[in-house]
Amino acid sequence: MLERLSFRHGVHPPDSKGLTATIPIRRMPFPDQIILPLRQHAGNPAKPLVRPGDHVERCDKVAEADGFVSVPIHSSGAGTVKAIQRWPHPDGSLSEAVIIDLDKYSPQLPRPRMVPHWEGLTPEEVIRAVQEAGVVGLGGAAFPTHVKLSPPKDVKLEFLLVNGVECEPYLTTDHRLMAERPERVHLGIRIMMKTLGVERCVVGVEKNKPDAIEALRRTAPDDLDVTIQPLTVKYPQGAEKMLIKAVTGREVPAGKLPMHVGVVVQNVGSLSAIAEVFDTGFPLVERVVTVTGPGVLKPANLIIPVGTRLREVLDYCGGLTDDVNEIVFGGPMMGFSQPDLDAPIIKGTTGIVALTKAQAHPETVYPCIKCGRCLDACPVFLNPSLLGILAQAGRYEEMAEHDLMTCMLCGCCSYVCPSNIPLSQMFALGKTMLRKTREKQQEKTAADDGKAA
Amino acid sequence: MDPRLSLTASPHLKAPDSTPTIMWSVVGSLAPVVGAAVYFFGPSAVLVLAAAMLGALLTERVAGQPGSLGDGSAVITGLLLGLTLPPGFPMWMAFVGGVIAIGLGKHIFGGLGQNVFNPALLGRAFLQAAFPGAITTWPQAGGPWMALRGDNLALPLMRPDAPDVITAATPLGLMKFDFIPTEIMDLLIGTTSGSLGETSAVLILLGGGYLALKNYLNWRIPAGIFATVAVFGAILYSIDPVRFPSPLFALFSGGLMLGAIYMATDMVTSPLTNAGCWIFAFGIGVLVVLIRTWGGLPEGVMYGILLMNSLVPFINRATQPRVFGTGRRLEGAVP
Repeated sequence: MLERLSFRHGVHPPDSKGLTATIPIRRMPFPDQIILPLRQHAGNPAKPLVRPGDHVERCDKVAEADGFVSVPIHSSGAGTVKAIQRWPHPDGSLSEAVIIDLDKYSPQLPRPRMVPHWEGLTPEEVIRAVQEAGVVGLGGAAFPTHVKLSPPKDVKLEFLLVNGVECEPYLTTDHRLMAERPERVHLGIRIMMKTLGVERCVVGVEKNKPDAIEALRRTAPDDLDVTIQPLTVKYPQGAEKMLIKAVTGREVPAGKLPMHVGVVVQNVGSLSAIAEVFDTGFPLVERVVTVTGPGVLKPANLIIPVGTRLREVLDYCGGLTDDVNEIVFGGPMMGFSQPDLDAPIIKGTTGIVALTKAQAHPETVYPCIKCGRCLDACPVFLNPSLLGILAQAGRYEEMAEHDLMTCMLCGCCSYVCPSNIPLSQMFALGKTMLRKTREKQQEKTAADDGKAA
Repeated sequence: MDPRLSLTASPHLKAPDSTPTIMWSVVGSLAPVVGAAVYFFGPSAVLVLAAAMLGALLTERVAGQPGSLGDGSAVITGLLLGLTLPPGFPMWMAFVGGVIAIGLGKHIFGGLGQNVFNPALLGRAFLQAAFPGAITTWPQAGGPWMALRGDNLALPLMRPDAPDVITAATPLGLMKFDFIPTEIMDLLIGTTSGSLGETSAVLILLGGGYLALKNYLNWRIPAGIFATVAVFGAILYSIDPVRFPSPLFALFSGGLMLGAIYMATDMVTSPLTNAGCWIFAFGIGVLVVLIRTWGGLPEGVMYGILLMNSLVPFINRATQPRVFGTGRRLEGAVP
């Protein structure tokens, strides 16, 4: 086997994981109020099932899935629905959310429930149970897990690829999970392999997590073909397509999905959530979040009820330092910076990183000096230098011709740019503008067709 | 009370290098070369370098964006231009060279990052055309340190006085016209006649090594140029060792060191891709040997680089890497 498995290009930001890498996961107390945005996953937002004044127990469904690419949302605590209103979402927008005042003295026990015995279920039933439990990809993108479990009939799957890479600096969510609860991950793997009908599984873990690799190897089952594969440390190796490239050498064709090269990728956190569903019958109502960064006083790895507001999490972690400058939901490379402390933890929140003034992004932008570092960094081999020039001129169609849509906004180009040009921000804008133009064109064509008819 | 928070787009981390850091590091790495120029050529070196830099900086101040002097690029241009000039060069000509380098070489294209040609070399090409006599008058190395090495103080538009110092041919001139090679040791240390910055190969290599280690220059460019010149030179040398110089001589004489390490690696005017840099370097190497061997001039580094500069947009287009997920290498083995 190759010694140095990785993909080409990418960057090496300081991993800064030492702040929390050795701190065991612990549980955070329930807050007084939880905010459950209806849009916590990729796809259609969930449809609310409750009304203000309704009482809910922990794990009760408060919103149902709207269509196949959507999942329900469950209350992470017992309490009374206060309102359904727009609330700051971690991505910076305002989004409809169910607000629940939690009962102060509730034992927070869920209702008695049936725990499905997964070995007796058909794949379809497992997939339905996973959707009903509201499980999404916990690596950040929050793509509904059951969709990945339901490949079209003509796709032949070869193996399950488990994503334990966690390439974002600072975050240790998956790291601690693998190190502390490897048997959970293995149970998730077992359920997934049976459901997908695949014979093989590879777990990709970067080499900066030796304890996680050791724990997974120690607990690996004998009756399954599961390989724990250490990988060279590099960002963005946790991106699905990069991980597939690193482990198999296969490139997912542009515009296609991993299943088209015979692979299904699942994050270790998602596997643990699936294991939870068939172990205790709990839906996805809490998750592990790394609260870290030099701007927070007591960094920690916490199990936090979904819907807990950022303010309460930070208070629990000892508060912020005086020189805090920026608070990021997710990792520092792709995460969302927060204007205030109101947004709640959602299913896709991998971490909270508080950065200080010393780490502030430099303000002066210099002209592009064509140094070519962005080309050397881009993991999908674009020409960010050229795309940046086109973006500044608003030439979005030409950006599309230069494969803008392949860009996954990993931020490597912005990270390396010595002229501080906000390349990935410009590309995000370019992608949005292109999508809008395409939609307008489609509407226009539809309207023209209507007239003609 | 809640803290005041910044709201920025991702990524929220930034690699430490900045454009001014790179530029000023290049300036810093030239310090030993400048020191050697002053050591070998005395006050003349100071005067010529100062005049070229003054021309460059004043033009940058007038034509550039406010504060653009701080990014250090104009300092590099002025300094590099000065280093390509003979020690006895009149100051006013050096000043004009600096003005042309920044004005015509850079700002007429739109400023930093937009220019096609290396500004310092464009300035020198202008001086070569305008003052062919002065730019090919080389004083002999050595002599009293305090003495001027030519008519540095000539008044503008006046014909320079006949220099009262002894002139000498450069090692390349000696080789080309008289077939007299120079000792490699002299070339390495710099005890030969020549331009201010092209005498000491060792110091230039030192500065280049530092920049390459810091990744402030693409090492593929000088490596490619040296390899091409050495291989091409070795072939010629094996054909006729009397007419053609040895590959070592070809490497260490003239402006090849300064050109390959400091001019060809100018980020703005060199290719974006690593593959492109190899092609670019190969082209320069071939042109240098062709011009030196069969051209009318003893030295071909300047025109070699300028010609390849003009091809950079085409090289960039030709070497654009294949976008992820579009090639045929989609198959692979499962470990």
